Amino acid sequence: MRIMRIFRHLETILATLLIGGFLSATLARLAPGFGADEQELDSRLSAESIRQIRESHAQERNILHFYFNYLKRAIHGDLGTSRSLGKPVRQLIADRLPITVRLCGLGLLVGWTVGLALAIAVVMAQVRVLDVFAAGLAGTFLSLPAAVLALLFVYFNAPASLAISSIVFPKVFSFSRNLLAQSYGLPHIITARAKGLGSARIFGWHVLPVAGPQMLALAGVSVSMALGAAIPVEALCGISGIGQLAWQAALGRDLSLLVTVTVLVTVVTLAANTGSDLAMDIFRGQQA
Amino acid sequence: MSGIQKFACWTLAAIVLGGIALSIIVPADYTVQFRETPNAVPTHQHLLGTDELGRDRLARVLYGTRISLLLAPAAAFLSTLMAALIGVVSGYFGSWCERLALAVTDLVLSLPWLFLMLAVRAVLPLNVSPLTSVVITFLLLGLLGWAASARVLCTGTRVLRNSDFILQARASGLHGFRLLAVHIIPNLKPVLYAQFLISVPVFILSEANLGILGLGVAEPLPSWGSLLRELEGWGGFSTEPWKLAPMLLLILVVSCFQVILAREEVSA
Repeated sequence: MRIMRIFRHLETILATLLIGGFLSATLARLAPGFGADEQELDSRLSAESIRQIRESHAQERNILHFYFNYLKRAIHGDLGTSRSLGKPVRQLIADRLPITVRLCGLGLLVGWTVGLALAIAVVMAQVRVLDVFAAGLAGTFLSLPAAVLALLFVYFNAPASLAISSIVFPKVFSFSRNLLAQSYGLPHIITARAKGLGSARIFGWHVLPVAGPQMLALAGVSVSMALGAAIPVEALCGISGIGQLAWQAALGRDLSLLVTVTVLVTVVTLAANTGSDLAMDIFRGQQA
Repeated sequence: MSGIQKFACWTLAAIVLGGIALSIIVPADYTVQFRETPNAVPTHQHLLGTDELGRDRLARVLYGTRISLLLAPAAAFLSTLMAALIGVVSGYFGSWCERLALAVTDLVLSLPWLFLMLAVRAVLPLNVSPLTSVVITFLLLGLLGWAASARVLCTGTRVLRNSDFILQARASGLHGFRLLAVHIIPNLKPVLYAQFLISVPVFILSEANLGILGLGVAEPLPSWGSLLRELEGWGGFSTEPWKLAPMLLLILVVSCFQVILAREEVSA
């Protein structure tokens, strides 16, 4: 059963890669200036030489043929050259991916720690003032676009990873708070409290097993949130990561690069969701 | 509706009406430049000062509010309409139609929202007139934001399709689009309404993100995104607190939607 699920997820990732690759190839093929060669501007070349240069590009005019070649090159790790930055796309991604992974990883860690800690504190303490304060804080952060948060973090000279965590934290808090409050209202947990079980024991043995699987689902989704937030944060904080690369590609209308980056980020998102799905499966399996 | 939700509704109404009514008291149109007073501090003439081109900031905030509050719901309406079309039809007919629709929906949902927006926005021309940029920005939001709602509506329709009262209606001879129009769509109204309300703040925030990144509404038209870009060279709380006005307005509006939404989600 679990192996079937893994296969289904791998199918989805493969389908996304193929469709995304086709989209990338189509956009690159339809982009203005496709097929033009700088060599044609050389005044020393004869008409016959120019004709031969044009003929060498002729077979790429068929989108399917172009996609097949693109796919063949991509399998060998050649993702083409960025039109706007003049560097191989593979090198650009290899240089920038670790920076984004570090930024988002740290942001997710801090966001989850703060969000979850606050949610647990609010639910366990059951103090109205704390609940209103935490909800107000989370609501304010939820009402701010990621780009504004990035600008404010630049102004305060705060680390950019904290900007990512301030985007992740309110969603983690809101979801966890509601989930934990629901779990604490379940009859067997009320009974456990009535019987005098300690707070830590109730949380660890009764609440966490109920809320755990859904928290893991949110963990998968939060990766997508962090990667999405990486665009404005990296662009406005001047961090050379994948988000900034996507933004530069969009401004330079470098469609091939932009779609390649988008497909890469989508695959990372799908892999994170697959991971959380499998973790949920294992968690439920252990409980059963 | 609870007291705080009523308050949120009234606040939203006051902001919309205020945006229109206060336009009368501003000294000039949002495009007019007071060249002798660029970057002016608030005065009786310019209540929120002027921007670096000498344009009245209050006039621009009011006009930007009108654009965002008019076009974000319009985009949300479009995306809800698309979601209803895809979700309800696929959920009602089921079988391969539902599987295909869900596969496409899953594919769209797996693409991170802002990356997708950037990719599609970059395909379209960037050097366009301000009015075209507004239409492109909000049309994109409307056309790309249907996936999550379509999934919810597809599930809702499937549940209704298998319910007893639909079975009875079928037994009474009601079929096809008539069954859809008379029994299914009216019962999905709360879900449609909730999905519409969820989309509005999401689109407002997305437009603001795109605007700050220079891919949203083009100058000289103001929108919350382009107004918030002023924070890039912000002097600080003590020197230029008035520059925070668009941000505070944005927080207020999105918070109001969140408060209203809390009830709608429960009732849906």
